[in-house]
Amino acid sequence: MIIFDNLSETNAIRRADPRLRVVATAVWAILACLCDRPAALVPMLVLGAALVILSGLPASAIRRRMIQLNVFVAFFILILPLTIPGENFFALGSLGWSREGLERALVIALRANSIVLACAALLGTMEAAHFGIALRRLGLPKKLTHIFLFTIRYTETVHIEYHRLRDAMKLRAFKAGCDSHTLRSIGYLIGMLLVRSAERSERILEAMKCRGFTGELYTLEEFRFGRVDFLLSILIIAALAVPGYLQWM
Amino acid sequence: MDVSPIIEAQDLGFAYEENSPVLRELSFSMNAGERVGLVGANGSGKSTFLRLLVGLLKTSTGTLNLFGAPRFSEESFVEVRKRAGLVFQNPDDQLFCPTVLDDVAFGPLNLGENAESARRIALETLGQVGLHGFEERITHKLSGGEKQLVALASVLAMKPEVLLLDEPVAGLDAKANLRVRSALEQLPQSMIIISHDETLIETLSTRRVFLRDGRIEN
Repeated sequence: MIIFDNLSETNAIRRADPRLRVVATAVWAILACLCDRPAALVPMLVLGAALVILSGLPASAIRRRMIQLNVFVAFFILILPLTIPGENFFALGSLGWSREGLERALVIALRANSIVLACAALLGTMEAAHFGIALRRLGLPKKLTHIFLFTIRYTETVHIEYHRLRDAMKLRAFKAGCDSHTLRSIGYLIGMLLVRSAERSERILEAMKCRGFTGELYTLEEFRFGRVDFLLSILIIAALAVPGYLQWM
Repeated sequence: MDVSPIIEAQDLGFAYEENSPVLRELSFSMNAGERVGLVGANGSGKSTFLRLLVGLLKTSTGTLNLFGAPRFSEESFVEVRKRAGLVFQNPDDQLFCPTVLDDVAFGPLNLGENAESARRIALETLGQVGLHGFEERITHKLSGGEKQLVALASVLAMKPEVLLLDEPVAGLDAKANLRVRSALEQLPQSMIIISHDETLIETLSTRRVFLRDGRIEN
């Protein structure tokens, strides 16, 4: 399972060590949250866009995500100026939109967009399983990693099961309505999904035990921090120094 | 030559719910090289018996001697699971890794092989069951027959001495059935085969036993 698209395309970003990409994204997000000057955040947005172009993500996928994000951000732009006191730039009766509020909202918009672009470029091009393994190698507790990896693997299986049960209901003329029969039937459906998932997880654990599982997941993937990764880290640090400089100097 | 049985069960009893035992005083023994067909009605306890043999369930009564040692505790079964490979009835329960290669390499990695040799073993084993070129395929998108073969490969990769097969061809069409059957025929391992498929039992097994009323009858 990959969050954005398939891995057929390869380039420097996609080949980079997943650990580096996870750390870089985290640093990026923290830096964006610390910056509060538009002068520093605009370069981050530009850098994020550059990363997305470098990563070769399909434009359609990225466009869809950005629209979803910005619909949400639009509410901030609409509402924050109402709640933050200051000099009004627009008034409607007793409602006043303040300039300070608008600035704050724009900072949030820039932050959110630059973080999402960086996530898309660095994490969205990674196989979800690699993301989990990278987190484990970076010291995330074993159990959390396992939960993450199994969620990836079984979401689809549970989804298919849901559709099978839903189809079975349809075949017996079930039509969702607004009555107690619908509520009860949907309740049964969810209950049955939970029971089946719990039973399945028991069987998976048994199958894993039969193959020598004792609590640690080993993988075939060996992440290597190579020369390309070294260059990429320097590049990212250098790029992030620009907004850092503009923010604090 | 060693002629002591590799699997020896004496007076096994097991119940999921009190007062309705599935197995009672079941005794069974099997030598290396044998391929035993285990037949019986639905719910007669065939799968339960296989799960007892690898310690997924613990017996309430009786003794189990496996590979020359008595087995009771969870630790003692860890070795049994290396030497007796249980192939589950539903391959979806067994295949949990994203790709076929990851799944087949899972056992060898747990047994302490390094990534390189685990990969080599996995590729060899896939070849052995006729799945060349399947290594990068996504496990949950395979057909039923292919899943069954991958599940078999994932157990074979641990190089077990005995295979415990729980309905290896259930629900497969004629072609997939043949494919799994001929893969099994090529294997050197001793086996216990649970199946309702007459042809499979006929071709594979050297001996046939019945599980009825919680006991094994020859």
